[in-house]
Amino acid sequence: MSTLKGSGPQTSDAPTPEDAFHEAAALDAREGEPPHGSGNDGPVLAADGTPLKRSLARALRAQKMRALALIAPLLIFVLLTFIAPIADMLFRSVENQIVRDTLPRTVEALADWDDTSGELPDNAVFDAAYTDIFLAAEYKIHTRLGSRLNYELTGVSSLFRKSGRGLDDIGEVYLDQLEDLDENWDEALPWAELMGTADSVAAYKAWVEAEDKARENDEDFNDPIPAFEMRDGIADVLPRTAEMYSRFAEFVRVEDEDSPFEEEPWTIVLTRLYEDLRDGDVSSYDGPRAEMLKAADELVDSPDFQTADLKSTFEEIDEDWMDLAVWRTIKTYSPAYTSGYFLNAVDMQKTPDGPALRDEDERIYGLLFKRTMFMSLVITFSCIALAYPVAYLLSTLPMRTANLLMILVLLPFWTSLLVRTSAWKVMLQQQGVINDVLVWLGLVDDAARLVMINNQLGTIIAMTHILLPFMILPMYSVMSTIPPTYVRAAKSLGATNWTAFWRVYFPQSVPGIGAGSILVFILSIGYYITPEIVGGTTGTFISNRIAYHISSSLNWGLAAALGTILLAVVLILYWAYDRIVGIDNVKLGG
Amino acid sequence: MAVETQAVKQPIQFSAPVVGAAGGFAGIFVGAANGSVLMGLLLGFVILAALAFVALAVLDPKLEKTFKLVLVAVMAVAGYLLGGLPGLVVGAIFGWFFGWFIYWIGMGRHRVPLPPYLTSGQVLWEYSFRVIAGAIFVFLITPILVVMPLSFNAEDFFTFTPEMLRFDPEGYSLKHYRDFFTSSEWQQALRNSLIIAPLATFLSVSFGTLAAIGLSSEHVPFRRAIMAILISPMIVPLIISAAGMYFFYSRIGLQGTLMGVVLAHAALGIPFVIITVTATLVGFDRSLTRAAANMGADPVTTFFRVQMPLILPGVISGGLFAFITSFDEVVVVIFVGSAQQQTLPWQMFTGLREQISPTILAVATILVAISIMLLTTVELLRRRSEKMRGMSPG
Repeated sequence: MSTLKGSGPQTSDAPTPEDAFHEAAALDAREGEPPHGSGNDGPVLAADGTPLKRSLARALRAQKMRALALIAPLLIFVLLTFIAPIADMLFRSVENQIVRDTLPRTVEALADWDDTSGELPDNAVFDAAYTDIFLAAEYKIHTRLGSRLNYELTGVSSLFRKSGRGLDDIGEVYLDQLEDLDENWDEALPWAELMGTADSVAAYKAWVEAEDKARENDEDFNDPIPAFEMRDGIADVLPRTAEMYSRFAEFVRVEDEDSPFEEEPWTIVLTRLYEDLRDGDVSSYDGPRAEMLKAADELVDSPDFQTADLKSTFEEIDEDWMDLAVWRTIKTYSPAYTSGYFLNAVDMQKTPDGPALRDEDERIYGLLFKRTMFMSLVITFSCIALAYPVAYLLSTLPMRTANLLMILVLLPFWTSLLVRTSAWKVMLQQQGVINDVLVWLGLVDDAARLVMINNQLGTIIAMTHILLPFMILPMYSVMSTIPPTYVRAAKSLGATNWTAFWRVYFPQSVPGIGAGSILVFILSIGYYITPEIVGGTTGTFISNRIAYHISSSLNWGLAAALGTILLAVVLILYWAYDRIVGIDNVKLGG
Repeated sequence: MAVETQAVKQPIQFSAPVVGAAGGFAGIFVGAANGSVLMGLLLGFVILAALAFVALAVLDPKLEKTFKLVLVAVMAVAGYLLGGLPGLVVGAIFGWFFGWFIYWIGMGRHRVPLPPYLTSGQVLWEYSFRVIAGAIFVFLITPILVVMPLSFNAEDFFTFTPEMLRFDPEGYSLKHYRDFFTSSEWQQALRNSLIIAPLATFLSVSFGTLAAIGLSSEHVPFRRAIMAILISPMIVPLIISAAGMYFFYSRIGLQGTLMGVVLAHAALGIPFVIITVTATLVGFDRSLTRAAANMGADPVTTFFRVQMPLILPGVISGGLFAFITSFDEVVVVIFVGSAQQQTLPWQMFTGLREQISPTILAVATILVAISIMLLTTVELLRRRSEKMRGMSPG
């Protein structure tokens, strides 16, 4: 067997099926030579008579499956609890369905509008917006869209809030006139009779009678209101009215848990009725409430019937509707996926001429990213500067002393992050320990205590301390493998102390510096807690901004885009780390 | 063996100025505290140089012990006259240090641990280097040490009160500890932490150990990719994990539930379990499981009776890492949890941001004590596992 070793990777401890597998392969490769222990040239057979190669392959496959079966539960767990959230965040950074979902008709109508023409969109767009915003307001989702678009154009939020209330004005014009003609136009039941099937109306009337009777007899009556059904023919006579009324009926049933038999319709239904009566002909209609409808038709056709102009009503609600920027924003953000959040995250915005940088005073994220990078670099370098002597000392001292001193490194490593952060808050404040000691020593005047917290300095000091063990440990593990004889040899060959260190020792310690630096840098660019507590306003990182967008400004898309950029940076660094150190070589606690 | 360096008495022309320089340096601080830096520097130099001269050139070397004791007493009294009770302590420390320093330099004891061929410049550099490294150790440990006495503050301050500096018992109290143990908020937070962390640890250890055993087998397809996925919770910055989990868990209704926090923390703890357990498995002799199977043990028995006892140290230390990860974690719990899941670190975080109360320092001290215990456990386990690895064949 030993002669065949080296034909493939062998296990270090004991033979496995794979050893034999490699062996069989090697045997096959040595064609011409007679195989071990057999006189003929046939394939080597296992005990059960199958060719050895096949039976080994089967054993190997079984082992693979077993290994995968052991890994599978954890893999699925991590995929569900961790990878899926990250994927969700990536998705949210481009997802923009809210505009399309809330304003479907407007988005469609705006597609034909040329946003560079300098003219307002035509009446069809205003009509679509009327319907969309009216519906959104009824479903109470117009403010959500408002705040979404407000991230792109300030003021849209209040515009939508006002419009949600104000759009009733259009329908009121028609409602008032029709109500003067016949009060039934503002009643629930006549509308239901006009729109619903005869059966459902009859069922409702029977239900009302039953309820009245029960009330007279003081009995409990808990039967549900009969369901409302749209009549088939009515859509031919009054197409737009029927469409809007059926939306209304569904809304009343699902959202209000009420019935259109008992709720008078939205004002927009009357607007649609007016349009149907103006454009269509109802003289042939002979269903329920035909009289009422015909009278209304006559009124509408009469010359002194007042109509509401869509555009001017929008203008009355808010002048901003006459602003091209509003319409442009809606059009720009109408696709279901947008690069807008990412552009925002790098201080750019969408304009009719394509992406462009924001105004100088609105650029904050570039500054924050730069600051995060800069401060992380400063922290990394201060960690290198502080960790190098310590790691060197630990690696040269005798084992016992080194182990004792190692405790001083490991204790901070194991201590809660919050404890260390609060300790630095105690140390660095103006009435804190460091200032007190300096004042007591007379090095600093009591009136001129140093400001070391709530600025960049505070963040750098505290984070250097917190991340220092992450630098010392990899450096130590590299330095303890450097043989001291090399430096001695260099010195005995005439090198000065400096040359011996710089040309012989230092190059060997570089892998440790690299590993520690990447680790510290990766950790520091994503830090949140410490900058939040000791960083004030100038010492905060991009992660604080992400947290702000998630919990305060609720601009989740932007938070996701910022997070995605940060993640990309970290993954690139991680890849580099894997290249330099290898994931498998990550060591914990020395 | 290297040649031992002998302690040789140094000439007084060398000892006195060196000790004097150290005295001058100390004098700067004493002088600054008392009004004049220059006076302090000069006086420090002169006094210490004179003391060194007396000790080394005038007195009999046999009087070393007596001289040291007298120096401590004199310095302590001088300190008391200059700065009251804290001055007394500082003075005594100065006295002890210089007593030792004078003889250390004067009798050439400082050269003993170093190779005999070093020049004086190299000796100086060697010791300055140690002082620098010592200062860095002080930087590492001071913040943790400072928290402890402050947590016994009788006042609601985050800083030392004059009473505390006078070592007046009035200045110390256990009231912040009392606060911690009686406040319902803190107790609720402690309870939450003690519910969430063990559950999360249990999840990550049970899944993680199985997977680590699977991963340690040689025939795993896509080993690198799987490893990268399993390690990723440790690599991705917490704020990004927190954001993603917040978005995703609110989609599926886990946001703001105990379950959500436990799952999130379990995911964060898994890399630590995987890393420590795979490291232990490297030293595991797999012929043992085969031997067990050979003798008729089924895989479950083999796992619990043969493999598990041998890799237990790794599993436990992985579990401790997972526990501390969850117990310490703030960012994810802030986003994924709701007020009902407020944990100890979260409560500390809000405390630090909003109402600053020294109760936080009491909690911090308790946590430091816990982490010392954990550190000791992990260290003992590591040694045990190394010892066992050394014993097993191969």
